[in-house]
Amino acid sequence: MKILSLDPRVTRENIDVETRDGELQPLEHFETYEVFEQRKRGTHHVHVGNVHAPSHELAMVFAKEQYTRRGQCVNLWVVRTSDVFVTEYMDSDIFETTASKKYREPDSYKVIDRINAFKAREAAKNA
Amino acid sequence: MYGNAYVENPAATNSLTANENPIKLAEFEARIAAGDKIEPNDWMPAEYKKQLIRMIEQHAHSEIIGALPEGTWITRAPGFRRKLALMAKVQDEVGHGQLLYSAAETLGKSREDMTNDLINGKSKYSNVFNYPAKTWADSAVIAWLIDAGAIVNQLANSKGSYGPYCRALDRICAEESFHLKYGHDNVVFLATGTPKQREMVQDALNRWWEPIMHFFGPPDKMSVHTEVLMRWKVKMGTNDDMRQTFLDMYVPKIWDLGLTLPDENLKKNDETGKWEYTEPNWEVFKQVINGNGPCNKERLAVRRTAEEKGRWVRNAILRKDAKYVTPLA
Repeated sequence: MKILSLDPRVTRENIDVETRDGELQPLEHFETYEVFEQRKRGTHHVHVGNVHAPSHELAMVFAKEQYTRRGQCVNLWVVRTSDVFVTEYMDSDIFETTASKKYREPDSYKVIDRINAFKAREAAKNA
Repeated sequence: MYGNAYVENPAATNSLTANENPIKLAEFEARIAAGDKIEPNDWMPAEYKKQLIRMIEQHAHSEIIGALPEGTWITRAPGFRRKLALMAKVQDEVGHGQLLYSAAETLGKSREDMTNDLINGKSKYSNVFNYPAKTWADSAVIAWLIDAGAIVNQLANSKGSYGPYCRALDRICAEESFHLKYGHDNVVFLATGTPKQREMVQDALNRWWEPIMHFFGPPDKMSVHTEVLMRWKVKMGTNDDMRQTFLDMYVPKIWDLGLTLPDENLKKNDETGKWEYTEPNWEVFKQVINGNGPCNKERLAVRRTAEEKGRWVRNAILRKDAKYVTPLA
């Protein structure tokens, strides 16, 4: 066998290195699935990226290869990207909280002055 | 594995943003100046999007094509331990390509379009992978020094402004640290071995030094202006800065092993703290990047063949009602 290249693929497959056309069709590499991994029991699943796959089953195979190669994962979810509903960053003001909703914050509850005043009054009464 | 972006930017700086809404542009720049990340559906200048797609796509192609010269040595690795380690490294590189393609896709270019542009020679990738890996020592030098150069660049870029690219780079840098150790181990093993082994690694270094110097891109004085791209945190350091960082970290380690580099003028200037060197031949660089390097054709041919041979499998499992949606983040 004549050695055409140091790359054994070129020689064994007798690849034609002059041709340059190879048109992939849209979606030939499938749609995407979003991947969520849980690194430790008891923690939340966290979004880590996506994979291209034709089905949930293969998405899971690719996600395992792609995102968990260095261990540290106990559970994986894959979700078809088109099934995820998202908000727009330009609408992120909907998450702003208003001053009028202070009653939901723990630090808006301050009772120590009232307790001290009460104690002072009681002490004065009993004096 | 990737050097610095080959930015093609013929327009004058002010014309890059001439058609942008000045209020939105100011908000965008303020966000970046404040250290905030830009996310896929945010408003962004057309030039920002264009340069990012180009850069992330080149980076992705570099990972995939970069796996080819090293992959060549899987069948001939000296021993099972080295064969297993090389397979793991090559698999990592292909995985990095996937992460980067995903990041580029969030900007609206499909994976198929990127692959087509690679195969048809329209997109670039790192120039170093157009050279043959002639001996096992070449694969050691690639794994140590090319990966080291890539880490210098990737660590800088991971502090950039585009969220999906930064997240991909964080994952990539974590894995590359194994590559660096693996490559160093291989080079040290040869450099401290028999005279024949030393000769092999020295020969590989001599041949790879120019491509390594090319790796970071043309000198700043030859590059078209990149101030806007630096301000937008698309580029995080100039080509010369990256090259200096690399020389500073690795030349002493190479010399430490009693190996030499084929540049008599290479030395650190103690006064300026900068490395001085002979400029590599940038005409050769231009020739190779434009398709005339020793391996350009076969690299693309191998990549194209993989697509062709895999097509019947993909067609068999294609979901007919699949709809493409841009990945989220």
